[in-house]
Amino acid sequence: MWDLTPMTLYILRRVFGFIVTILIAAIVIFALLDLLPGDPARFILGINATPESVAALRLQMGLDDPAILRFGNWLLGMLRGDFGVSQTQKLPVADLIAARMAVTLPLTLFAMLVSMLVGLPLGILAAMYRGKPLDTVLMVIAQAGVAVPNFWFGMLLTLLFAVTLRWLPPGGFTPWDEDAAASLRGLVLPSLALALPQAAILARVMRTALVDVSTQDFIRTARAKGMTFGEAMWRHGVRNALLPVLTILGLQFAFLIAGTIIVENVFYLPGLGKLIYTAIMERDLVLVRSATIILVLVVSFTMLVVDLAYGLVDPRLRQRSA
Amino acid sequence: MRVTKSIALASAGLLLATSLAFAQSTEIRVGAPLEPPALDPTAGAAEAIDVVVYQNVFEGLTRIDQDGAVQPGLASEWTISDDGLTYRFTLHNGVTFHDGTSFDAEDVKFTFDRILADDSVNAQKALYEAISAITVIDPLTIEFKLSRPDGLFLFNIGRGDAVIVATESAANNGTDPIGTGPFAFVQWDRGSRVILEQYGPYWGEKPALTKATYVFIGDTTTMTNALLAGDIDGTYNFAAEALPIFQSNPQFKVVVGTTEGETILSTNNARPPFDKLAVRQAMAHAIDRQEIIDGATYGYGVPIGSHFAPHNPYYIDLTNTYPHDIEKAKALLAEAGYPDGFSATLKLPPVNYARASGQIIASEFAKVGIKLELINMEWAQWLEDVFANKDFDLTIISHVEPFDIGIYANPDYYFGYNNPEFQALNETLNATTDEAKRKELAQEMQTIIAKDAVNGYLFELAQTGVWNAKLEGMWQNAPVEGVVLRDIHWVE
Repeated sequence: MWDLTPMTLYILRRVFGFIVTILIAAIVIFALLDLLPGDPARFILGINATPESVAALRLQMGLDDPAILRFGNWLLGMLRGDFGVSQTQKLPVADLIAARMAVTLPLTLFAMLVSMLVGLPLGILAAMYRGKPLDTVLMVIAQAGVAVPNFWFGMLLTLLFAVTLRWLPPGGFTPWDEDAAASLRGLVLPSLALALPQAAILARVMRTALVDVSTQDFIRTARAKGMTFGEAMWRHGVRNALLPVLTILGLQFAFLIAGTIIVENVFYLPGLGKLIYTAIMERDLVLVRSATIILVLVVSFTMLVVDLAYGLVDPRLRQRSA
Repeated sequence: MRVTKSIALASAGLLLATSLAFAQSTEIRVGAPLEPPALDPTAGAAEAIDVVVYQNVFEGLTRIDQDGAVQPGLASEWTISDDGLTYRFTLHNGVTFHDGTSFDAEDVKFTFDRILADDSVNAQKALYEAISAITVIDPLTIEFKLSRPDGLFLFNIGRGDAVIVATESAANNGTDPIGTGPFAFVQWDRGSRVILEQYGPYWGEKPALTKATYVFIGDTTTMTNALLAGDIDGTYNFAAEALPIFQSNPQFKVVVGTTEGETILSTNNARPPFDKLAVRQAMAHAIDRQEIIDGATYGYGVPIGSHFAPHNPYYIDLTNTYPHDIEKAKALLAEAGYPDGFSATLKLPPVNYARASGQIIASEFAKVGIKLELINMEWAQWLEDVFANKDFDLTIISHVEPFDIGIYANPDYYFGYNNPEFQALNETLNATTDEAKRKELAQEMQTIIAKDAVNGYLFELAQTGVWNAKLEGMWQNAPVEGVVLRDIHWVE
């Protein structure tokens, strides 16, 4: 056998899992969309179109090829980096998605950043004062934050900051190259709307992880060596509590990048979620399946990175043999 | 010291000038609920396309005004032969497309050849199929020959589907529309907005606006916030349930007008038990129109008794053909052999008027023993299941085409009404150009389908725009799809 270190094996197993996931996703996406009722050509031309016009458009859109041929062409195209051309917008899918990423990616990153800046310190604070009134207050707030849907929170933010105070725009997006300051202003409310429920989740996870860690033997040992509880938690506890937090962060990133549909609608932002939503409504099959597979790629890749990061944070994973 | 003072004065003056410039704004931001998939009105049915480009970017030989009347467009005048088969148009001189190329009769011929071609993807091709020959007489004169008289020809060539496109640019109009209208397309930020700017060399009267931005906002609550926050200056047809907020606000005005949308309980006449006249009459008696109008349109809908727009001069009021009468409905059902009623499905497209009307009709029908199962659908699914495959019992839909009573003459149409008498009348109507005779025929046709209770006739959709109180010149009615910017201006 080849001489593989446990770490290499670990990476190889994860990469293999990644590829299989993508392939299965591609088959499922294609099959589901093909079964979806609704003729895209009929949708575009409406109810007064003659059958000949609909037939002419179906031919133009390549809808009459057998399914297996269209699936093969799609996979081969993607291997060459060609995601096809949108049937309704007549533009390359890759360009459409890249343009939308200029909104969704910064939005997601800001939301992640805000949720970490708010959630992690609050979680640590609550763990430090476990059982005290501060802990109770913080966890009640966090519980409410988890329960509040982000679109509703978004509407409240709009009412206060856009309609009443008029400090920030109620929605919309100015392209970066036109006025970057205006672009940033446009992202403030939506990223807050996305971030705060996430921050609440992070705070709860951080607190629970720290509380779990605080009863471990190594904390007791550290205290026995003369550290205060705070010092022991800060030097040994937080790092060990990061593992579950990392998992949640990975999931949150995936959730945010794919789950911005509602928030993008509330703030009429031209992001990825809105693109996919509209494409489904208009039966733009090429756009939907390529955009969906790109999302699968991004999410799977994020999970792969998280898995590999575990290996770095937790040496035991590296050493465990396959 | 003196210098500082004059700088201060100058900047004060500058501030004043800026605020004055703001006061006399020549720009507008219009909210639209749907983003068009492309911007070529000759290659798609989406209303969202016409909302942005019709009469703004693109113009036809004729144009429809806000009352639905035909006005000269790119054609300054025309003559019609006595037999109604030959139309000769004189075109405006000095018209240019937004890319600088000139407009002449060849562009007109190209436009209609493209609509009628075998591989045409025009959504309304059937409206132009009476055209048998198009001859360019000289660069500013063109002649159309029809195979049969067509009383609606001048109206139809004024629609968004027949706007004049240029040979050089037609293929790219979906993404980069080039027309002859008062506004030129500037920019489309997909998913977000389309920007139009006044076209300097426009041949006709200059519009007051210099720039128009269409902002696409799908959600009603979001649109409300955008209006209240001043991010948009108005929207042309807003959800009725949101109107009270603006009616009581002096910064806004609500503009209520008519549309061509006959909202009907479409009935599959080819499928039992709906093939029985008594069953359809029973359903007509079971419907309480006012309850539906109040519940589904907040009172803004106008009751109809047949498939015809109440504001049309040919309209006759048939709303009392089968008045609301539960006992009569039950008796008719018993007569038809359904003393205990029956069960049926009601498929509902994703529009508020249909979903809300569906709930109300289901409860009204339950009172006479007809049990309806409501099935919600997306548009694409509705078009395939209901419209193309005719797989439905009942559905609710607004037919928004102007003067579309002719659909009842097509036995293959989705509601499956086959009446040779009506079909003959429709042919006579199409071949008639005399106004009085046309009116008589149209009223006879309205009466026949009302008596046959082909579909449940519910209400005419209203157009309910919400605009900044300082805006004037918006179309009150919607005889065709579009938000025509030509006359819109700010007043103090």
